[in-house]
Amino acid sequence: MSLLDKHRIIEKNATLLFVGSLFVVSIGGIVEIAPLFYLENTIEKVDGMRPYSPLELAGRNIYVREGCYTCHSQMIRPFRDEVERYGHYSLAAESMYDHPFQWGSKRTGPDLARVGERYSNEWHVQHLIEPRSVVPESVMPSYAFLANKNLDVRNFETHLIANQRVGVPYTEEMVQNAVADIQAQADPDADTSELLARYPKAKVGDFDGDPSRLTEMDALVAYLQMLGTLVDFSTYDDAAGYR
Amino acid sequence: MVILPTGGLRMRYGAELTGVGVLAFLALIGAAMGVDEPFRQHMWVLFFTVAAFGVLLMRRTAFVPAPAHDNSSYMDDVIRYGAIATMFWGVVGFLVGVIVALQLAFPDLNIEPWFNFGRTRPLHTSAVIFAFCGNALIATSFYVVQRTCRARLFGGDLAWFVFWGYQLFLVMAATGYLLGITQSKEYAEPEWYVDIWLTIVWVAYLVVFMGTILKRKEPHIYVANWFYLAFIVTIAMLHIVNNLAMPHSFLGSQSYSLFAGVQDALTQWWYGHNAVGFFLTAGFLGMMYYFVPKQAERPVYSYRLSIIHFWALIFLYIWAGPHHLHYTALPDWAQTLGMVFSIMLWMPSWGGMINGLMTLSGAWDKIRTDPVIRMMVAAIAFYGMATFEGPMMSIKAVNSLSHYTDWTIGHVHSGALGWNGLITFAALYFMVPRLWNREKLYSQRLVIWHFWLAMVGIVIYAATMWVSGIMQGLMWREYDSQGFLVYSFAETVAAMFPYYVMRAAGGAMFLLGALIMAYNLTRTILGHEREEDPIGGKVATARPALQPAE
Repeated sequence: MSLLDKHRIIEKNATLLFVGSLFVVSIGGIVEIAPLFYLENTIEKVDGMRPYSPLELAGRNIYVREGCYTCHSQMIRPFRDEVERYGHYSLAAESMYDHPFQWGSKRTGPDLARVGERYSNEWHVQHLIEPRSVVPESVMPSYAFLANKNLDVRNFETHLIANQRVGVPYTEEMVQNAVADIQAQADPDADTSELLARYPKAKVGDFDGDPSRLTEMDALVAYLQMLGTLVDFSTYDDAAGYR
Repeated sequence: MVILPTGGLRMRYGAELTGVGVLAFLALIGAAMGVDEPFRQHMWVLFFTVAAFGVLLMRRTAFVPAPAHDNSSYMDDVIRYGAIATMFWGVVGFLVGVIVALQLAFPDLNIEPWFNFGRTRPLHTSAVIFAFCGNALIATSFYVVQRTCRARLFGGDLAWFVFWGYQLFLVMAATGYLLGITQSKEYAEPEWYVDIWLTIVWVAYLVVFMGTILKRKEPHIYVANWFYLAFIVTIAMLHIVNNLAMPHSFLGSQSYSLFAGVQDALTQWWYGHNAVGFFLTAGFLGMMYYFVPKQAERPVYSYRLSIIHFWALIFLYIWAGPHHLHYTALPDWAQTLGMVFSIMLWMPSWGGMINGLMTLSGAWDKIRTDPVIRMMVAAIAFYGMATFEGPMMSIKAVNSLSHYTDWTIGHVHSGALGWNGLITFAALYFMVPRLWNREKLYSQRLVIWHFWLAMVGIVIYAATMWVSGIMQGLMWREYDSQGFLVYSFAETVAAMFPYYVMRAAGGAMFLLGALIMAYNLTRTILGHEREEDPIGGKVATARPALQPAE
């Protein structure tokens, strides 16, 4: 076993051991992860994906802040039971603007990848305030405080700019209108034509049942109501999307 | 009249106090000018933590002649602090674990907003992984590297910076979760500014550890130090890459990950799986390679096996991340690659297990008489079981059932409670009497109580999670003869209740064992010794002479 005897060289040289270890642990990541950034078929070609509207983004930030991923996945696997329960299996394209991704790893509660438009706004608000009043078996905590907390929208454009910097295609027009778009999306009486031109399919109106206030509840429900609704599956080709 | 220090005099903790002052000032600026409420609150937490530390330092400062550098002995004070911190954070982490387990069974125990499950669960995982295991790793690595290199820690007080800087990281991470400051990337929850602080502390840790190896008086670098070094280097790489993010403001708590969607997912699980592979495995194998031979008074079983399994382990582990993303939108080629490497990983893992267990060759009788050896053997056995279960769960067909269920949670805990917990307890039982110059532990019998409480707790925990996980996975996919799904999701949640209660009971037993350890070690530190019969009965000392074989 002369090869193993040569290991003495490494064992007596701390620098060699350091460099050798670093080299060996680098290989796997380079081979596995790096190609995802340049292989073109990593993300399927789909119609309908767009960046989050500012109100949806604010709602997503609340989803992230509250650690919803600890119990809810946003990733439907291509199995008969999951597709029947939750809808079309999730595509990579559907989380292409998610910084960070929220696929999750545990389903203490159900998958939320396509929860959008499944329930009414009133149901969501009631469920977030007192989960067991609508789902008696639920073990979800109460999030009643969201309805009493005004959404902090000052300088919200900085959030869009940060997203721009990491590659989300927000335009200058979107950045400049960020705060106005938030107000318009949650206001049932607002003129939303510009908002809808910028963010097609965005749900508009009062979400939390209190039109006089813009709360964190408005933002979170706006986010939940758009989850999984963007991609147009009538034009999606399953076979071409397979990787 | 103010007396200024002159040539020979030097202000003790002068540099430290300056650093603390600067940090406190920056915290005040953050508290005053932060753009979001959680950030301002978090900066107040930072200010008061640092200020309290500054007051402690000032009470101990003095203008004294510069002390002569003491290079004669090992630097053990920082390890004593580390051993106590490990005990403290262990109890905290297990306690929060029991609380979150009860929250899942009795949701009314959630107290919004600060103590909702979504915030307390990361508190539990970080308290156990980073606080308990992290402190154990830092303390034992400082203990082992000095003794196997026959050299004092490199860098003087830098080791103290590593210790206190790491505690500050833990306090900021833990309070941040409760305030709602999180990246929501599993096991990488702390936000950008806490991540930057950890990077600084970690680089200092690397400098202390590597520096000590470089000035060693032994020609060879002992095998435990290979594992510790690989752990420190790899964690640095993983931490920096996975936490690359763009803050929306440098006075704000929130940032956006540099990567999105599928790329972010694989980067995260490359990090997440190797937090297990290097933090909870490689580092702890370093512990095993020092403390098991020491306690058993036997040499490591095979030198060659240690070489092979070291390089194979660190090479293969890095590839295993995609098994957390089976059947997701991650491209199939990456999933398959991850699965194949995960299965191969079984071999070097068991190489380590064999090397640890076989070190007891010729000393197996000590399992009966030495409860610390018993704990080590159980830890290595759990390591072996968890590293068999892991590759099995990474097979796509198995994973299609186990993923998203409690089976994963049970698997993690047989590794974390069984392997990391028990080997850390054993290392503490070994180190504490030696660090405080006590002849032996306060009580051997309490170690046995700890051992059995932990064992039964782990078995209850793992068994209930197998049942609940597999049951829920099967219920989700159950069809009736008409081709309809049998169970609504809510029904599968209701079915979990008895298992969640049992799981909490198992966790509580493990916590009770840790409390007994804390009591035992505290009495040991205080210099007490309990009057008790030796293990194996009073006659153990008067054994009959051995008969020659016929």
